[in-house]
Amino acid sequence: MLILTWTIQLLAIPVLSPLFTGVIRKMKARMQNRQGASIFQPYKDLRKLFNKDEIISQDASWIFRFAPYLIFAVTLLIGAIIPIFSTYVANQYLSNFLVVVYLLALATFFLALSGMDAGSAFGGFGSSREMTIAALAEGGIIFSFLALAPISRSGNLFEIAKTISTLQFMQFMPITLAFAGFMLALLAENGRFPFDNPATHLELTMIHEAMILEYSGKRLALIEWAAANKSLIFMALAVNLFFPWGMASAGDGSVLLALLWFVAKVSVICAGIAFVESTIAKFRYFRLPDLLFTSFILSVITIGLITFF
Amino acid sequence: MLNFSSQSLFFISLLLFAVGAIGALLLGKNDRKANAWGNMLGCMGSLGGILAAVRVLFWGEKFSVSFDSSFPLIRLSFHLDNLSAFFMLVISLIALLASIYALGYAKHFFGKYNLGTLGFLYNLFIAGMLLVVTAGNAIFFSIVWEIMSLASYFLVVFDRQDKNNVKAGTLYFVMTHIGTAFIILAFLLLYKLTGSLDFSVMKNNLGQTPVIFKNIVFVLALVGFGTKAGIIPLHIWLPSAHPAAPTQVSALMSGVMIKTGIYMMIRIFMDVFPGAPLWWGLVILSIGAVSSLLGVLYALSEHDIKRLLAYHSIENIGIILLGLGSAMVFLSLDMQALAVLGLAAALFHTLNHAVFKSLLFMGAGSVIAKTHTRNIEEYGGLIHLMPQTAFFFLIGSMAISALPPFNGFFSEWLIFQALFSGINSAGLLASWVFILSAGALAFTGGLAAACFVKAFGTTFLARPRSEEAKQAKEVDLSLRIGMGTLAGLTLVLGVLAGPICKVLVRVAGSLGNLQNAQAAANFGIFSSHLKNNFAALSMPGILFFLLLALAVTFVLVYGTTRKQKVKIGRVWDCGTDLSPRMEITATGFSRAIITIFGGILQPTKQTAVEYRDADMRYFKKTNVVSLKTKDVYGSYLYGPGQKLVERFSRYTKKIQSGNINAYILYIFMTLIALIIFLVI
Repeated sequence: MLILTWTIQLLAIPVLSPLFTGVIRKMKARMQNRQGASIFQPYKDLRKLFNKDEIISQDASWIFRFAPYLIFAVTLLIGAIIPIFSTYVANQYLSNFLVVVYLLALATFFLALSGMDAGSAFGGFGSSREMTIAALAEGGIIFSFLALAPISRSGNLFEIAKTISTLQFMQFMPITLAFAGFMLALLAENGRFPFDNPATHLELTMIHEAMILEYSGKRLALIEWAAANKSLIFMALAVNLFFPWGMASAGDGSVLLALLWFVAKVSVICAGIAFVESTIAKFRYFRLPDLLFTSFILSVITIGLITFF
Repeated sequence: MLNFSSQSLFFISLLLFAVGAIGALLLGKNDRKANAWGNMLGCMGSLGGILAAVRVLFWGEKFSVSFDSSFPLIRLSFHLDNLSAFFMLVISLIALLASIYALGYAKHFFGKYNLGTLGFLYNLFIAGMLLVVTAGNAIFFSIVWEIMSLASYFLVVFDRQDKNNVKAGTLYFVMTHIGTAFIILAFLLLYKLTGSLDFSVMKNNLGQTPVIFKNIVFVLALVGFGTKAGIIPLHIWLPSAHPAAPTQVSALMSGVMIKTGIYMMIRIFMDVFPGAPLWWGLVILSIGAVSSLLGVLYALSEHDIKRLLAYHSIENIGIILLGLGSAMVFLSLDMQALAVLGLAAALFHTLNHAVFKSLLFMGAGSVIAKTHTRNIEEYGGLIHLMPQTAFFFLIGSMAISALPPFNGFFSEWLIFQALFSGINSAGLLASWVFILSAGALAFTGGLAAACFVKAFGTTFLARPRSEEAKQAKEVDLSLRIGMGTLAGLTLVLGVLAGPICKVLVRVAGSLGNLQNAQAAANFGIFSSHLKNNFAALSMPGILFFLLLALAVTFVLVYGTTRKQKVKIGRVWDCGTDLSPRMEITATGFSRAIITIFGGILQPTKQTAVEYRDADMRYFKKTNVVSLKTKDVYGSYLYGPGQKLVERFSRYTKKIQSGNINAYILYIFMTLIALIIFLVI
């Protein structure tokens, strides 16, 4: 049973992530009165890309070739160390929240470098914008986790999930503030509205897409897949740290139920993202720091509430 | 060599530096020989220093000897305990690799400058730093402190054909002596309070001192040693002096010399003084938070690669001070275990920063040696021409951005843990200082990563932006050995962080106030965790699983897509010729962040337009835009300060009449005043 649950833990993020990308697109399409592609379309896209030849810029170095593998590997590793459906597959030595944040920074670092490496006119400013947003979002992410850590007296993500699920209503209230802060950081880190438009290739506004513009074939597939993984990692953290209900605490039949819970909860977050993307416009770039500082301040307030009351 | 005691090893190492210094001076006529002699002896002396430090740290061979000199009050007093040995190890280690690097690097000074002088000053500088961390007597300390400062001053102005270097040297000279003045005041006050100039005697006699005097000594020492360490706002000399020196010296200055300021802060605040009040720690924490955040912001606005790295030194001194400050707060709250944790984190970051900062300076020096400019905007594409230098610089960039699995990540993680522990265990004010410090550290990490994407990306990636960058070649072997060893060390120190921190806990615990306290964390080879189970981390685990995930990805992708072809092509050139001007510039890269933090950085924009026809102003001939940041410290702090001093000087000028009778009167009056003073 342990082997089975570990297999599920390791595979959940990379296997499910394209599905949720498809789900968000489908929901968004329906909200905009479109039919939309099937929710399985991202899988087909990945398969198509893996089967294509690729073309690499003559100015690119090994960093451009190596980065997609590293970025994807990092998301695999993070997928293995965060709580997804259970609180018992705990990994004591890697599941620290700072490890997750800095591993993500490692991936962003290489993504930004590969954006500059091809020597195109667009890659560089994509990297610049991405690093600016990533740098400012980091405070919000670390602090929204930090708001939870003192409650569970642990920085371990599984311990946090376990403790938060036992909280009373009044104790739980301040956490919603930190959750709002985390959601802002989630939107920023994953290139969602109002930070970035994931569907655009307009040079004036794109951030994430500008960086990966020169990728094609299998490396593009890896990057797209890694981006989907990262998005699911953030959504999993959002639902399992702030609303850790219905998670399996032992390796029995409840695992299946917990997986269903996980899919349901993440779908709610997906619906939220689709709703945001259908109702508001992308913000002007220089208004984004306000949002990111808001994310940080919300978490600071939460920490203040939790520590001093 | 291994059979010698730590004491003889230490003196052998000093002797080797002396031989190196004098020998180089004598060989001065012959560039090649002088360079080889100075650096080889520097290597050997550093090796001796490493061995002596290792014997103290692992065999417990502490020693304390002093020789009386013919001058009253001056005793040559050497004192090597765990803390001194740790700093000696850091200095010797970096000096060793810097000397290897310099063997090849100094070649481009051949025929231009006297290499004998360089070798002399270089050895004197290293010996001075080693003496600073081992001096056990305040007067002797002041002398060797001055030797270190003066040797480094002459090294800063070594490349004297560049007017800017001389100017930077003068600023350094003035600032470092303002710092020294504060230090001497602090020592004199300590002498007055304890009746001794020996640090060990001071330690025993300080118990009954009134609080007010302790506070005065704290402020004096903070300003004095803070100037050397480069805390904001006393940092203004640092970004101009460090880049001016030859690269091996920049590496030493940024990597280890500024740490002597940290060493003395630890020595005085945590060893000599029994029990510091809470506010000392809070002040250090706040200074650390401000220095780290502002340091990285200034670094982002720099395009001179060495200045950029120098600003990152300010940032990292800030991070070290966050560790030290939290240790001091815990000490005042009588939480010894956490104090040891904070201090061990600060010490580990000291070591780590020394390693990756000297690596980055050496990488920058290699690039400068081949392109003859320090402006990042004129680099580009060097990864194809200098692949190994690029690789080493990349490792250094990742380490300084605190990315796992390198050493910077572990020390920042540990400092974060110290700060997190402070949030819950201190009073209201202290908690908020801890929260804001942790926030500063969180933003610092992200901004440092952004800055090094800029530095590495514009220097090494895409296409060359200038003719010089197109002509660059890989550097000599000795330079690559120096950089390669340091790059290896960043990974080794990262993976072996647990055992190393175990030693550092012993170093921290040996200080006067901590009395062998245990740390609030268990450090092991495989993993480290806090004793209250708040956090745990396995550095070998991160490396192993990262490599495993990478291998799995490679194998799976290769297995499924090996039939697909890879074509090399040109990127889309928008219908014009593909030129380096299409790539993003370093200015452009960081402009967004500078605009966002405009309130702090105060960016300025100057436009100078020249028209083809002055009357019909339609067609521009040239359009020069210069983007800069305002010198906030110069215009608000040092400028007014200078004016005040000048005005005061003008008043004192009035007694200088030039009339000899008046001067005799002054002497006479002084004599009478002294006699009256003596009688009373």
